[in-house]
Amino acid sequence: MYDIIIIGAGVSGCAAARELSRYQANICVVDKEEDVCAGTSKANSAIVHAGFDAAAGSLMAKLNVLGSEMMEDLSKELDFPYKRNGALVACTHEEDMDKLQELLERGIKNGVKDLRIVDKKEAHELEPNLSDNVVAALYAPTGAIVCPFGLTIALAENAATNGVEFKLNTEVTDIVRNGENWIVKTDKGDLETKVVVNAAGVYADTFHNMVSADKIHITARRGDYCLLDKTAGDHVSHTVFQLPGKYGKGVLVTPTVHGNLLVGPTAVDVEDKESTATTRDGLDELTKKAGQAVANIPMRQVITSFAGLRAHEDGHEFIIEEVKDAKGFVDVAGIESPGLSSAPAIGVMVKDIVAKMLDLKEDPDFVPVRKGLLNPWEMDNEERTKLIKEQPAYGNIICRCEMVTEGEILDAIHRPVGARSLDGVKRRTRAGMGRCQAGFCSPRTMEILARELGMDMADITKCGGDSKFIVGTIKDKL
Amino acid sequence: MEKRELTCIGCPLGCQITVEMENGEVISVTGNTCKRGDVYARKEVTDPTRIVTSIVNVDGGTIPMVSVKTRSDIPKGKIFDCARALKGVAVQAPVHIGDVIVKDVAGTGVDVIATKNVEAAE
Amino acid sequence: MLTYDLVIVGGGPAGLAAAASAKRNGIDSIVILEREPELGGILNQCIHNGFGLHTFKEELTGPEYASRFIEQVKELGIEYRLHTMVVDIDASKKVTAMNREDGLFEIQAKAIILAMGCRERPRGALNIPGYRPAGIYSAGTAQRLVNIEGYMPGRKVVILGSGDIGLIMARRMTLEGAEVQVVAELMPYSGGLKRNIVQCLNDFDIPLKLSHTVVDIQGKERVEGITLAEVDNTGKPIPGTEEHYDCDTLLLSCGLIPENELSRGIGVDMEPVTNGPAVNESLETSVDGVFACGNVLHVHDLVDFVSEEATVAGKNAAKYIKNGGKHDEPSHPVIKMNPTGGVRYTVPKTINVDNMDDQITVRFRVGGVYKNCYVATYFDDELFSRRKRPVVAPGEMEEVKLTKEKLLAHPDLKQITIKIEEA
Repeated sequence: MYDIIIIGAGVSGCAAARELSRYQANICVVDKEEDVCAGTSKANSAIVHAGFDAAAGSLMAKLNVLGSEMMEDLSKELDFPYKRNGALVACTHEEDMDKLQELLERGIKNGVKDLRIVDKKEAHELEPNLSDNVVAALYAPTGAIVCPFGLTIALAENAATNGVEFKLNTEVTDIVRNGENWIVKTDKGDLETKVVVNAAGVYADTFHNMVSADKIHITARRGDYCLLDKTAGDHVSHTVFQLPGKYGKGVLVTPTVHGNLLVGPTAVDVEDKESTATTRDGLDELTKKAGQAVANIPMRQVITSFAGLRAHEDGHEFIIEEVKDAKGFVDVAGIESPGLSSAPAIGVMVKDIVAKMLDLKEDPDFVPVRKGLLNPWEMDNEERTKLIKEQPAYGNIICRCEMVTEGEILDAIHRPVGARSLDGVKRRTRAGMGRCQAGFCSPRTMEILARELGMDMADITKCGGDSKFIVGTIKDKL
Repeated sequence: MEKRELTCIGCPLGCQITVEMENGEVISVTGNTCKRGDVYARKEVTDPTRIVTSIVNVDGGTIPMVSVKTRSDIPKGKIFDCARALKGVAVQAPVHIGDVIVKDVAGTGVDVIATKNVEAAE
Repeated sequence: MLTYDLVIVGGGPAGLAAAASAKRNGIDSIVILEREPELGGILNQCIHNGFGLHTFKEELTGPEYASRFIEQVKELGIEYRLHTMVVDIDASKKVTAMNREDGLFEIQAKAIILAMGCRERPRGALNIPGYRPAGIYSAGTAQRLVNIEGYMPGRKVVILGSGDIGLIMARRMTLEGAEVQVVAELMPYSGGLKRNIVQCLNDFDIPLKLSHTVVDIQGKERVEGITLAEVDNTGKPIPGTEEHYDCDTLLLSCGLIPENELSRGIGVDMEPVTNGPAVNESLETSVDGVFACGNVLHVHDLVDFVSEEATVAGKNAAKYIKNGGKHDEPSHPVIKMNPTGGVRYTVPKTINVDNMDDQITVRFRVGGVYKNCYVATYFDDELFSRRKRPVVAPGEMEEVKLTKEKLLAHPDLKQITIKIEEA
């Protein structure tokens, strides 16, 4: 019997789990994927929005500004990559200047600090690679970038350290009443709980609609992205948005916290909520649009492209509340952009709702800090040599592009909610995320996973399920 | 009369060679630009052969597999027989280049030999 | 800090031949730093035959070819460190490396030979749309899984790219029991050797579709199929030509990229066409005493030429070290190489006649297929040689040999132009 079951191990679910782990409660996070951060949270712009975009007075606006303010401290507390690089909204047509002004005013209303409009000259001084047709820009110094995997995994690990249980590879099939409680039916058996938190991303409507007569509808809105090599990483230093204008919505160009350049997203509503395939049209559109605000983007340096799904609720607003006709069922639904930015505030809001519902007591043993993977590149040569003497695995480079050692991979596997797949290792260590895209390191990472987890090589997956690499041994079918 | 079209492999040029044959006898070779093309074409239409390379398991070695090849070329038609003959073959380390792995593979009279040194694991 | 006269980064065919050559030219203090657990580089997984016809006048497999050079290095008593990753080299020729036993350590070298090889172009760089499931491998990764580890990465295979590794893997996968359905090539010609097209595809009735590419990848977890389409002469897919293939594996053999992260770190000038360092007649980069050879310099087709090039680099590094780590002032103007008219680049880019051997081999690639053409060499504006070639193609490296004697006969020579002239 659980006090709280959270459906969805994305950034919202993990933020809620981490905040709720401050209390004495029996908490479980359930997700159908084999790892945390496997849906919307893994494929997005990796941006902490300043908060000028959301409609004034909306919950989105409130949580965005709050989340953005909390993110820096949280990054220190939980040790994940975050950088306040500032954002520019580039206006490329004089006739759209009123829209830029509108954005400024909305931002001020939302409580975004230090927001101002800069003229062409200052915009180009701030960002020399802006295209020449940028006539002005909204400058938001509080805009930031974050590693979405780093954030989500940090929240999950800290929650696990504080006693939250994670049931991965577990798909919720139904939710039914049992007196005051809920029975959460899964493909791995039934779970009983007092409270359900529905943080299921693009599937949040499915679970909501299982328990409520007041239906909601979420559309999966696909966005294609291109990631460029680190050699292109300093093409811009700020996150550069295009002002949505009479020529439609543009795409953003931003450095990532790891030094790559990210271009995207497109926006296409899709029926299939698993449909994360990129399309030729999408990738072509990116290439075309990216150049409107930023000049000379070296698109030949693309190392990978990917697509993510935003959980767009029809009302375009976050729904974070106890469902009126389903006592003990809390929605965290419609968490599309700026969901990542808002995550720290979403966690707190869910905590406040649920703690009150269950009258939870604080846990005196709560550990608020989490140390991330040891990064040997932050050490000097002497410290590093000492580390390697103690743990030789830190002297064995597995991923040569990102210079990731076996020591870091072992750490990623053996920590709470550890990596179980190549993508799991990649998201925690960056092994395989570099320019060769795992060409060299995947066989070696597979060997390490197999050895450490006592698994057969044939059972090692890219990302769980049937995503296996090895189908047999040589000549087995000859 | 039978006509066979071949791509010469003697050099990067890759001449398109036409061989005219009658009753298994080569009547003419055309399209080649050098003598090597003629020799290749005549052999390829009458007695095509290939070196087959593969790998077999090693027990007790520093690495799990050792590469092997047929010591000389074998009839082209025997390639798969050769591959099948290597199925399940495992040799004990150490293995040295030139060691015979399978004698007279698939009845070709040709041995399969190791092409890599694999020391015994300590 | 450790000190060596010569540090060689990489123990593949280039590094091994360079080391042996430097030693034979009088340098005793040499160390090869190799990241893998054994010497030999990528040859260890190239178990097919066809290596060494130029060098040894016999046909060897990759591991056999490697072992010839490994034996030389061992007999010459050249030091090497395995499992050792070079993480940084600075312009003062201080090399920072790392391994399990020694930790992070530094070596001060008098000269350095860069021999890091190349890597494959990944799927992302090709920007193929679709899902990102398991079952998409670069051909070399699949080659490692099969040839070194004995695993089957798939049963029904489509290969994109007809480079030699792709062709070789078509045969390897077939002989291990997989079904290779088709090899698609974006270009209207194959980048692979004729011999490989015949013996790896034709022998097994595997179709080669030129001017085709992958336009979609199906399957969310594991590849379930791919869609091929014909492309027009600009490389764009032609609507209506799509063809579906059921398969569980897509192998990519779409080009190799020299691995020059370390070279860039040193600050050597790069040649944008090759993605390798710009070098002079001594195969020396823009940083004095830093030499480059093999696939890190420009991607080769034949390992024999890698060995030959590396031998030159080793000899020149030895000369530099013996000369006290400096160059004499040139007595002639440095000659600039001018690749044009179909010739995409040359290695080297400049020639200092004083520093060259009696003969120098200028290697280059062409940008398209030319039949019945001439490779023309001009000394400034004067035609020096015109060699008839039945065919030249981007997949086959070409060369022009120049002798010191001929160059000295033109003491004011400023530029050598190499170009393709159609008949």
